Amino acid sequence: MKVVVCVKQVPDTKGGVKFKPDGTLDRAAMLAIMNPDDKAGLEAALRLKDQYGAEVTVVTMGLPKADAVLREAMAMGADNGVLVTDRVLGGADTWATSTTIAGALRNLDYDLIITGRQAIDGDTAQVGPQISEHLGIPVISYAEEIKIDGEYVEVKRQFEDRYHIVKAKMPCLVTALAELNEPRYMTPGGIFDAFAKEVTVWGRKDLKDVDDSNIGLKGSPTVIAKASDKVKKGAGEKVVLDSADECADYILGKLDEKHVI
Amino acid sequence: MDFQLDQQHEMARSLFREFAEKEVKPHAIDVDETEVFPRETVEKMEKYGFMGIPIPKEYGGQGCDPLTYAMCVEELAKVCGTTAVIVSAHTSLCCDPIMNYGTEEQKQKFLVPLAKGEKLGAFGLTEPGAGTDAQGVQTKAVLDGDSYILNGSKCFITNGKEADVYIIIAYTDIQIDARGRKNKIFSAFIVEKNTPGFTFGTKENKMGIRGSSTYELIFQDCRIPKENLLGKEGQGFKIAMHTLDGGRIGIAAQALGIAEGALDRTVAYVKERKQFGRSIGQFQNTQFQIADMATKCEAAKLLVYEAAEAKSKKDRFSVEAARAKLYAAEVAMEVTTKAVQLHGGYGYIREYEVERMMRDAKITEIYEGTSEVQRMVISGALLK
Repeated sequence: MKVVVCVKQVPDTKGGVKFKPDGTLDRAAMLAIMNPDDKAGLEAALRLKDQYGAEVTVVTMGLPKADAVLREAMAMGADNGVLVTDRVLGGADTWATSTTIAGALRNLDYDLIITGRQAIDGDTAQVGPQISEHLGIPVISYAEEIKIDGEYVEVKRQFEDRYHIVKAKMPCLVTALAELNEPRYMTPGGIFDAFAKEVTVWGRKDLKDVDDSNIGLKGSPTVIAKASDKVKKGAGEKVVLDSADECADYILGKLDEKHVI
Repeated sequence: MDFQLDQQHEMARSLFREFAEKEVKPHAIDVDETEVFPRETVEKMEKYGFMGIPIPKEYGGQGCDPLTYAMCVEELAKVCGTTAVIVSAHTSLCCDPIMNYGTEEQKQKFLVPLAKGEKLGAFGLTEPGAGTDAQGVQTKAVLDGDSYILNGSKCFITNGKEADVYIIIAYTDIQIDARGRKNKIFSAFIVEKNTPGFTFGTKENKMGIRGSSTYELIFQDCRIPKENLLGKEGQGFKIAMHTLDGGRIGIAAQALGIAEGALDRTVAYVKERKQFGRSIGQFQNTQFQIADMATKCEAAKLLVYEAAEAKSKKDRFSVEAARAKLYAAEVAMEVTTKAVQLHGGYGYIREYEVERMMRDAKITEIYEGTSEVQRMVISGALLK
């Protein structure tokens, strides 16, 4: 079984987010870490390795210094690391990023792809599902638990007030939540081994079936109007009505009130 | 000369730091207060390979260098002196001599489970009448057929009752030198727990490192299989001294960590604590004290890392190890004392932890060679 885990090096937002005067993230002012959801995804993959002997390959896209997250992943137990880096890939939004990563993944054999739900720097939760669309494979998002059942993957998917059990035939992509598990520590020997190993480095020319119009800043349709630190979601409104029709009317009324429809 | 750590050592440090903060620090007050050996923490350290860092992979270790090991002890000591010395005594005083002097059979039988952390190690040289003066050792081993019969006792043994494997130094012969003086000839033995005739005496109630299980070991007609002789008969003194050279790097790293831990807490405290309408960190006396503490910590660190590097490159590193231990231990005592002073009344309260650090620091000037012994080693090399 082959598992590919997509990870991202992100600024640590624990001590708050720092912005540059132009409103973009000041990455240099913050410590770089492995995105927590991705780390949980990696841990899930490493447990599949412990249980089924899966081969785990970690892929990241970023600056050359993103090599550090691959070494960390390998020090935790991943078998291989792939760094996708190229100047022309810079400035990518989620569309260009997912296009690029899918182009890299087309070079790899996989049964399961695991990504984090979302990165703490962008908080979009779009890249994982987009990769699955590019590759034409099913996606199960928000995984709290991942089990393998023959050719199938069975996932406990988090939902607002409940969970769903979703089963999909592999190859398949799963997006993981930080709550999925408690990631293991690296081992000292694992760190030394990780630095003794080669990391595969791919650039633009190594991406398969990717059009230039879909990569980098030029291939990014997103325009950021405003960036801010996370705003906590309120508790919301809870309404109990007698019938389904009344509920539907109430919801429609609210959507109308907020000019959603 | 490069003072910059490479990426793998930086990553190792971040691992040790994260582990220490999350897994060790929350128990430090309790370990000190209750004197309970932190078994759960040791099991976690086993899981992540902390119990065999400098031992080659083929013998169950992590295959890292002495510097990585020293950094592990340092980071653990920043939050808990007890946990740091458990790792140090196990690795430097038990794994290391078996690695250096053991036969292949001994390595397979004892070193592999020790380096994996499945078993815990200890070392016994000190006796009630023999500390700095090794000739005072009364524990005696006599060859009888296929085994040695061990009689005597060892005191102040770290990991005492919790260990599974012990390196015990005993005399096996007495020779008369040219001037007619009697000289004991020592040998080293690997002794397993539960060997008939091997029991435990008093548990020491200590000032610091209170969770480290310090016990007296008693040997009464204790038969040690001949194949458990470590090195050759008569090599015991050399093995003990070489082992202690390595051990001193571990203790120096422990002392360094304690000093750095106290400095970190003091820096945080003086920024918070207000007197006369200002944080006490704004007073020049505080600033000067902090500057001295930080400078001494950094100097100690360079000596400790230099000694660790020397161990990986040289057969003899006694002087480097002695300098590192002497200086780091004295810095630990000085920095923790200043830390308590800068904390004022709160520094004297257990909750604030710097008082524990001060109590933990004191032993680093005493065990594995007192500061006076380190001075003898350093000056001895210069004046010979």
